[in-house]
Amino acid sequence: MAQQSRKILVLFAHPGQRYSRANIELAKIARQTRGVTLVDLYAEYPRFKIDVETEQQRLLDHDVIVFQFPLFWYSTPALLKEWQDLVLEYGFAYGEGGVMIAGKLFVPVVTTGGPEEFYQVGGRNNYPLRDLLTPIEQTANLCGLRFVPPYTLYAALKAAGDDGLAEHIEGYGRFLKALRDDRLDLDAAAELSVLTAHTLPIAEEAQP
Amino acid sequence: MTGLLFQAFIYLCAAVIAVPVAKRMGLGSVLGYLIAGIVIGPVLGLVGDTESIQHIAEFGVVMMLFLVGLELEPRTLWTMRNRLLGLGGLQVGVTTVLVMAAGMALGLGWSVALAIGLVFSLSSTAIVLQTLNEKGLMKSDGGQSSFSVLLFQDIAVIPMLALIPLLALPELVHHGAEAHAEGGHGAELSLIEGLSGWQVAIVNIAAIAAVVAGGHYLSRPLFRFIASAKLREIFTAAALLLVVAIAFLMTLVGLSPALGTFLAGVVLANSEFRHELESDIEPFKGLLLGLFFITVGAGINFVLLFDNALLVIGLTIGLMALKAAVLLALSFIFRLRGADQWLFTLSLAQAGEFGFVLLSFSVQNAVIPTDLADLLLLVVALSMLLTPALFIVFDRVVLPRLDEEQGRAADEIDEKGAAIICGIGRFGQVINRVLKGNGYKTVVLDLSADMVDGFNRYGIRTFYGDASRPDLLHAAGLEEAGLLVVAIDDMDRAVEIVKHARREKPDLHIVARARNRHYVYELYKAGADDIVRETFDSAVRAARYALEAFGVHPHEVEKLITVFVERDRDGIRRLAQLYDPEIPPFENEPYMKMAREIEKETEEALSDNPSVHDRVKRAWLPPGSKAE
Repeated sequence: MAQQSRKILVLFAHPGQRYSRANIELAKIARQTRGVTLVDLYAEYPRFKIDVETEQQRLLDHDVIVFQFPLFWYSTPALLKEWQDLVLEYGFAYGEGGVMIAGKLFVPVVTTGGPEEFYQVGGRNNYPLRDLLTPIEQTANLCGLRFVPPYTLYAALKAAGDDGLAEHIEGYGRFLKALRDDRLDLDAAAELSVLTAHTLPIAEEAQP
Repeated sequence: MTGLLFQAFIYLCAAVIAVPVAKRMGLGSVLGYLIAGIVIGPVLGLVGDTESIQHIAEFGVVMMLFLVGLELEPRTLWTMRNRLLGLGGLQVGVTTVLVMAAGMALGLGWSVALAIGLVFSLSSTAIVLQTLNEKGLMKSDGGQSSFSVLLFQDIAVIPMLALIPLLALPELVHHGAEAHAEGGHGAELSLIEGLSGWQVAIVNIAAIAAVVAGGHYLSRPLFRFIASAKLREIFTAAALLLVVAIAFLMTLVGLSPALGTFLAGVVLANSEFRHELESDIEPFKGLLLGLFFITVGAGINFVLLFDNALLVIGLTIGLMALKAAVLLALSFIFRLRGADQWLFTLSLAQAGEFGFVLLSFSVQNAVIPTDLADLLLLVVALSMLLTPALFIVFDRVVLPRLDEEQGRAADEIDEKGAAIICGIGRFGQVINRVLKGNGYKTVVLDLSADMVDGFNRYGIRTFYGDASRPDLLHAAGLEEAGLLVVAIDDMDRAVEIVKHARREKPDLHIVARARNRHYVYELYKAGADDIVRETFDSAVRAARYALEAFGVHPHEVEKLITVFVERDRDGIRRLAQLYDPEIPPFENEPYMKMAREIEKETEEALSDNPSVHDRVKRAWLPPGSKAE
């Protein structure tokens, strides 16, 4: 695997792109990264008519599956949920014979409106972000995917005003490249609750 | 000439006045015609000799059986065979025997009694079918059973006509021969005069074969050729010609014209011209039948009636009671229940128009003495006159009782609602495909013979006909339909169709296509439920592509377009209230004002001004921020 670079599929879901500050930039950097296929789900399926065959083929063609989305009511935007409901079919992704995507990596890339302190017991949202993403994590588990902790930008609107966003975007680029080239220490990452631009456990770029 | 016009005036006048009044009073059209006949005949004495007119009017019965045949596909007829032979055969047989026994008990000779039995075993196809159709009871179990019996009777008339001469009374033969000569029937054209029995049989079979084969193979190209002329009256003429020709052929070979046209109807039941034929013949049938009923009313000999009032009334009531008893017994054997049982029993308890024919035939053949025949004629007429009363009994007494007993059961809907699609052009085709694909039954009507022909070959059952003719819509099953799709090009006709359908069936769902805004308003006023502008949706799609071409995000485009469509629909609805077909839109001040207002609103909603209608902009706005 180390010799052969991983192919990455970023499923990007944001219905209100006219207001997006962070996600639109994240999508841009992903699109520019070699080895990454970025799918703007809301552009491809504006009327929610998801082409299941195409989407399943995309999964088969890639080694890393990324859900990139803003957190809406502790969950994904509606179209990305619809995508899960339709594409992760019994017999394909889980259940009898449903091993078609087992062994691939799965990474959520999440932006939130609230700051980090909201996402803890006793905070405004009362749960750590990782706990709120339990349904997605378990979905990945059931499909035999290896779950990588969410690459997270808290308080995305505020971050857009200071350096936080720029750092996050730059980190996203590094993150994707590391995933592609197998330089992300998956075991070290698994120790963390969430990943941020500052905590990415990335090995040094191999010298030629 | 003036004599003819005067007669026509009197008959039409009587019908036009009496029938609506009778219907308004809930008596049905048949009783209306009968009363009209009594008024202009015995009461006012405006018409004298009704016999000649009656011969013309009897042709209405022939036409009615043609129409009945059109409704019956051969397959349906085959499934009816048990009822037809069992129910019909038993009714005629048992009634004949019982009447004959009664006659002999009253001191008549067996041959006279048998002839009377035959005459009285028949019921009135004209009155019963007309009434059943009018009340929409034809499709019920009771209606179907009644129809089976009537059909058997019409067929049974032929062997009866063969049997009656054999019953001739020696003492009447001489007298009868005179009557026969006077009757002038000998002068009629006949192909079978002087042929032996088996030769007659061969001629008969050949004639029937000609009707069946002609109907099956010749009618289609013939009607297509006639339809290609696109002249409605020529098609009507052709339809009339068909019925007249078959009736003529049947008379030539000594068969019943009613039976012949019925057969032709059955053969043509599968034809794509069926509905058009139906609606062409229908008015003639209606008028002639009406005329027939009038002549029955006018022909009642009141002098004879009053002289023998008790006898005639007693005989009539006795006859009807006896017929009803036989029918009731049969209804138990054939397991008719509830309303169907009573409908069957009451509807057929009269003597019929073929009774007149058989009676005069019996007199000619010296079977029944003339004075007795005159009396019996009154019984037949009176029993027919009383039939509408029996239907009233069924409606007012039997049905409410049954309802009380069983509580009012909801109508059982055991099949998906049928749809009538008017126009099978590019638009109608799509609708038809979607409906058929989902298992809904459709009846498709189109005015282009080429289209109809092509679609039938392709496998879509399509009927030729002008859907703006109300009668055709009814023939296509408007009463039973749940949905009407109007997709014809001629917008004025489309509006007429919608108006008519809405009037006839207030709960019908109507989907109509409008060619432009003007007709959206017209269709809205006419009562269409869903109005689809023919080019609007495709224009909206093109606009969608245009926005996307400018780089607007597809999901954003979707939202913008949705809002636009909603607003446009809302605007049209508001404008429709102000639209007045009498005033051109540009001179209609409130309309113009509203149009300008709506235009402004739409523009603002779609522009970047967030103050007005910001639904699009509000969507997925991040918390704590304001729309741009």
